Amino acid sequence: MKVAVIVFPGSNCEHDAEFVVREVLGQEAELVWHKDTSLHGADVVLLPGGFAHGDYLRTGAIARFSPVMREVERFARAGAPVIGICNGFQVLLEAGLLPGAMLRNRSLKYQCEQVHVKVEATDTPFTLACSPGQVIRIPIAHGEGNYYAEPDVVDDLERKRQVVFRYCAADGSVSDASNPNGSVHNIAGICSEGRNVVGLMPHPERACELALGSADGLVLFESVLRAVAESSRVAR
Amino acid sequence: MVFDEQLLSSHGVTAEEYARIVDALGREPSLAELGIFSVMWSEHCSYKSSRVHLKTLPTTGRRVLQGPGENAGAVDVGDGLAAVFKIESHNHPSFIEPYQGAATGVGGIIRDIFTMGARPIALLNSLRFGSLREPVVRRTFTGVVAGIAGYGNSIGIPTVGGEIGFDESYAGNPLVNVFCLGIARGDEIIRAAATGVGNPVYYVGAKTGRDGIHGATMASAEFDETSSEKRPAVQVGDPFMEKLLLEACLEAMRTDALVGIQDMGAAGLTSSTCEMGWRGRAGIEIDVALVPQRETGMTPYEIMLSESQERMLLVVKKGREREIEQIFEKWDLHAVQIGEVTDDARLRVKADGVVVADIPNEALTDGAPVYRRPMQAPAYLDGVRHLAFEALSAGAPGEVFRALLASPGVASRRWVYRQYDHMVRTNTVVVPGMGAGVVRIKGTVRALALSVDCNARFVYLDPFAGAQLAVAEASRNVACAGGEPVGATNCLNFGNPERPEIMWQFAQAVAGIGAACRALDLPITGGNVSLYNETDGQAVLPTPVLGVVGVVEDAAKVVRRAFQAEGDAVLLLGTSRAELGGSEYLKTVHGLVRGVPPVLDLAAEAALQRLLVAAAAQGLVRSAHDCAEGGVAVTLAECCFDTGLGADVDLPPAELPAAGFEVVGTLFGESASRVLVSTAPSSREALLDAARAAGVPAAVIGRVGGSRIRLAVAGVVVIDEALDDAQRLWDGALERELEPASATP
Repeated sequence: MKVAVIVFPGSNCEHDAEFVVREVLGQEAELVWHKDTSLHGADVVLLPGGFAHGDYLRTGAIARFSPVMREVERFARAGAPVIGICNGFQVLLEAGLLPGAMLRNRSLKYQCEQVHVKVEATDTPFTLACSPGQVIRIPIAHGEGNYYAEPDVVDDLERKRQVVFRYCAADGSVSDASNPNGSVHNIAGICSEGRNVVGLMPHPERACELALGSADGLVLFESVLRAVAESSRVAR
Repeated sequence: MVFDEQLLSSHGVTAEEYARIVDALGREPSLAELGIFSVMWSEHCSYKSSRVHLKTLPTTGRRVLQGPGENAGAVDVGDGLAAVFKIESHNHPSFIEPYQGAATGVGGIIRDIFTMGARPIALLNSLRFGSLREPVVRRTFTGVVAGIAGYGNSIGIPTVGGEIGFDESYAGNPLVNVFCLGIARGDEIIRAAATGVGNPVYYVGAKTGRDGIHGATMASAEFDETSSEKRPAVQVGDPFMEKLLLEACLEAMRTDALVGIQDMGAAGLTSSTCEMGWRGRAGIEIDVALVPQRETGMTPYEIMLSESQERMLLVVKKGREREIEQIFEKWDLHAVQIGEVTDDARLRVKADGVVVADIPNEALTDGAPVYRRPMQAPAYLDGVRHLAFEALSAGAPGEVFRALLASPGVASRRWVYRQYDHMVRTNTVVVPGMGAGVVRIKGTVRALALSVDCNARFVYLDPFAGAQLAVAEASRNVACAGGEPVGATNCLNFGNPERPEIMWQFAQAVAGIGAACRALDLPITGGNVSLYNETDGQAVLPTPVLGVVGVVEDAAKVVRRAFQAEGDAVLLLGTSRAELGGSEYLKTVHGLVRGVPPVLDLAAEAALQRLLVAAAAQGLVRSAHDCAEGGVAVTLAECCFDTGLGADVDLPPAELPAAGFEVVGTLFGESASRVLVSTAPSSREALLDAARAAGVPAAVIGRVGGSRIRLAVAGVVVIDEALDDAQRLWDGALERELEPASATP
């Protein structure tokens, strides 16, 4: 598997994602500069966390215009796996590859802490190795992770089971108390209608080794590894 | 003289110093030259009051790769790698404009680290504020925290630890000290020297504006009621720009086309040009007309003195310019040639070809004035060292315990560090709020333990002993995590050095640091001095903050402070003496900063730290936590909080300081060189044997388990709290102070 990690000016989690793919998973990762017009034959595209262009405008609002995004859109429309983490999720929202928008956390502060997230859909390339309803412990680190969409859009997301991750308590129960930032319906991550594009605010790449406190995030990377292996088997 | 006295005094230049300037130039200076001298000879840049004392510090050792004098120090941490680190203050700007002052403090220290060719991987900070009961202090506190978060989070360097202290003396003069550490290959450290006559000098990064002019001079004067008018002297930070600069500079350093590089920090273009020239025994000639400017009509004086952020000065090999330019262009940064290296050891500044300043580098650097300022022991010492116990009542232990857990000096810092991204770069093994911060070094099996510490009350009561205690505490915290302390940096925050009492505090503290560092074999590889921390004649508590770096040989064996398993034995290492002088107990319960600080036996301290490192490596301890503010009782509670395991201990009574104070002295006394450890029952005897062999007193005082924190003294239970209740007090205390409306009870 080869993962293209897109680097915008101001990205700051690109090395973390690259490290997991290379050192933990033993797969190939390539940092792709945002001005690049090729994805270098990657099987998976990963938009990392950070502050693209400083996020001085709306988060992700400028990054969507980067030349590489045209390739990312083409890749996504072709049904290939794309994941946006944190700032990468915000870029996917701005690019229109996923619906909705981000508001400031209801605390009005940046929050960095471990949270629990429930896997609500296991039919995406990034969750197929999860068990339905699996609770994983991974960190968040954001100031604008309060997911919002118009009620009809949220209804649509729920009906089409596009909510992939939901903030929950350690026992999997979902309530306002387990919602760290005020996201509508405790939404932590969603997928596209085609299910191949996934965006989430928590950082699975920060939870791939027990030495760092949790390895619960690794299942997302193992999932896509399996998805890529299966699709290449089909192609053959 | 061409300048009147008022102009000189507004530049902070004395009549004697002016005479020296004329002497160095052989003529009267131009206005631009006066400005250049004034910033380079400011206390902030020249260390003119502190230099004679700093020279006494130990700065060498087998691991030291770079001592003081460069942008940062460096020590060998194995595998051919160097830890490059330094601590720096941004106190004065943070009072005037808390958010930007703190943010640009973070930006400045990060540049110092990557300038050396190191990738920054960790930040820590040491903060001091007045009482949170005052609205202005709450505003400063929240602004400083937000500023640190805003810059560090955006640039993507984790804040992995730190400390916060409170005392009324900081109300008008908060301290914001920021520590940064980076990793470089030991043989690829880049020095800030200009060499090679004819090599081009490049300016990269943000454009120059009028912000921060005379920032260094501002940082070298006391505050008064007009200080808020100095806001234009505070710079504005742009972490996004710095992120681009960081990546572009590290990329440029991987080529061999770069000769030297320095960040334009305090005194901006002035200090970077003359200091690079001086270090390279060369001269630099620049034309300010070539400097990218974001405002029109800037004079040479303003351009040379601007402290606009996120700018770097590069010396590039002649003929290799295009390579470097292309790297910066990739990152949408402009690299502009503004001059070249000359052979005359002078700083020559032109404006459209006309010379406006021409000064020997030496006059601006090593030739700056050095003062042996008069010193005198402060009169306050006679009074405050006496502690009249007979006038106090000890208080009920349970009530004192709860009051201490909820005091700002002790309470959980979660409200603060939750706002800092402390996990980015995926190296953070021990997160903030748990003693030393620990980051692994990718590509090796090692980790680094980092701690910044100072108990300023102890320093106030006895500067020599207090400074020694600060060294010991920072080093001990690193050792608790299993790190062998290998290097230190210091940030010395004091009042006005022109007052003999302050100068005496400073000299005593530096002597104390030197003595402790020699005893613990801990070289000081750099640091920063911040003087004139006074408002309306009221100086801050003398606060020499120590930052210590320790190497953990096996990252898998890092020791945490939290109890790990029910049934483990709890041991107290070290000697308890029921010392209450300068304690959190006296401050919180009686509102007093009095008495003498705890006794420090440096040989015992060294033995304790060696034992901690060895015990961690052998896996003999499951947790270790330094006894500091609040004594054994608070330390025990903190060991319980993180994992929710209670404890039951019985302490032998310490020697009594006064009748009626035996119990509080035993529970809350802050004797130095003590650590609370827990160990599996199967390792208990081995640990006791190791302690005996090391000459460290060790006593089994109880066991881990249950859901209560229970402390007895000589068999009599004196504290018996539900763990949940105690934790609630401790967890929410800062939030209750800062956000009274939204906090949960």
